[in-house]
Amino acid sequence: MKDMMTIFRREFASYFATPLAYVFLVIFLVMQGLFTFYVGQFYEREQADLVSFFAYHPWLYLFLVPAIGMRLWAEERKSGTLELLLTLPVNTSAVIAGKYLAAFAFTGLALAMTLPIWITVNWLGDPDNGVIVTGYLGSLLMAGAYLAIAAAMSALTKNQVVAFILAVSVCFLFMVSGLPMVLDTAGGILPGPLVGVVANLSFLAHFENLQKGVVGLSDVVYFLTVIALWLGINRVIVESKREAG
Amino acid sequence: MDVLLEARDLKKHFGPLRAVDGISLSVKKGEVLGFLGPNGAGKTTTMKMLTGFLAPSAGSAIVCGETVTAGNAAARRRIGYLPEGAPLYGDMTPAGFLAFIAAAHGIEGAVAEKAVRDAAGAVQLEKVMEQRIETLSKGFKRRVGLAAAILHSPDVLILDEPTDGLDPNQKHEVRRLIGAMSAERAIIISTHILEEVEALCSRAVIINAGRIVADGTPSALKARSIYVGAVTMLVPSADADAIVNAAKALDGVAGVEAAGEGDRTRLTILAKPAAQIADPVGDLVAKHGWHVSQFSVDGGRLDDVFRSVTTGKAA
Repeated sequence: MKDMMTIFRREFASYFATPLAYVFLVIFLVMQGLFTFYVGQFYEREQADLVSFFAYHPWLYLFLVPAIGMRLWAEERKSGTLELLLTLPVNTSAVIAGKYLAAFAFTGLALAMTLPIWITVNWLGDPDNGVIVTGYLGSLLMAGAYLAIAAAMSALTKNQVVAFILAVSVCFLFMVSGLPMVLDTAGGILPGPLVGVVANLSFLAHFENLQKGVVGLSDVVYFLTVIALWLGINRVIVESKREAG
Repeated sequence: MDVLLEARDLKKHFGPLRAVDGISLSVKKGEVLGFLGPNGAGKTTTMKMLTGFLAPSAGSAIVCGETVTAGNAAARRRIGYLPEGAPLYGDMTPAGFLAFIAAAHGIEGAVAEKAVRDAAGAVQLEKVMEQRIETLSKGFKRRVGLAAAILHSPDVLILDEPTDGLDPNQKHEVRRLIGAMSAERAIIISTHILEEVEALCSRAVIINAGRIVADGTPSALKARSIYVGAVTMLVPSADADAIVNAAKALDGVAGVEAAGEGDRTRLTILAKPAAQIADPVGDLVAKHGWHVSQFSVDGGRLDDVFRSVTTGKAA
């Protein structure tokens, strides 16, 4: 635990050691604004809710979360510091968890900076704040799932750009498996129950459940399982890359 | 003396490539072992196995009685390691980096502050403690890596090419530092700078193609050189031919090498194994009244031994 915090602190601080963190935060907030107000037509809808804000998170995260996660391992491997890190008397699980949590905390920070929109909507009208809370929870869990994929993909390569592209691709698959176009196609090939499985694998279905203000245990468990699974994959990849030198 | 570091028949295969093919060695407290070998001989791979970064295909590495594995943090606590090229987090300051290393070793609070201060002091980092590591010169970066390796006062130090890329003054400093630390520790340094081995190491191991091909004190290894007991003289070029002929006629002389240096010639008179030729050559010079401006007896040359054991032919 203490080891994990040591890794966490170093990793989290390293986001702010370069302008990267600030550039990212600005881009994230500008994009949020554009999607919410122009694409989502926040004002035109004349509804006191954050539906137009949360609706675009899956797409926004598709590109922005891999950007947070891409450096996690790729940079260590490229600069050779992975050897330094893994020969410290810290076990590998603590390193993986510490790194992941640092990136997750950074993502959470970015999301927390959107809180003014919550205040705004309360000032303009009388929204159902319970729905907004579960919306934030769903958004954070989904970002966590994207990030776990991005972390594992980052361990696959020394090149951050390759890590980014791999992560976007895998995240995309996990996302679109819930879209009608995929499900319709799958319905033509697979038997009914399997289509249900494909639909259930999708981030979107579980994210939308949480957008409705219902904290279903199954949705929370789904995201936590996805995160645990990808961190497990992350570990396997790190171990195998360590062996490959 | 206690054996602090031991390798037992270490092997590492990458597919069909036998990078390390059965290396056994032990390093005692107080010993500085020079680990030599041509590039690609398996030095770095062996060191990675000794530090637990790589799992051996067979055999084991033991530090202070503990088997080193990726899962055994206790064993790694006893080791200070400077990886090849001294990788560091460029976006941190030496102060931040060393504090991180201390925390990773479980050192906290005032003890950690003192450990960081002592390690930084030992390698003279005080002036750059608050500067970003990526802006430091190569010499300072190497010193930051060294400070990180010694910070937790490990029993075993494993340094992969600690002086690579440093200028002669910095090399001297690093060697002095390693020498000062050696009394209480077992140290392995890999290098292909042979002068360093003579300056620093109490023992040298030469490996080639993943196997140990020579193991002994630097003097013992040098004694295997064809130059051991050879006499080197600087003589006027005019006399050179006469001296060469006279020397070749002496008992115990195996041959003569000559190299021109302007109007003088450097002659190296090689001795047959176990023959003492310094006195006979000296007498010869005195008898003929040749003017000799330099006269030295060779203790053997490590580079010559290195070449002969790693390529199979004498220089």
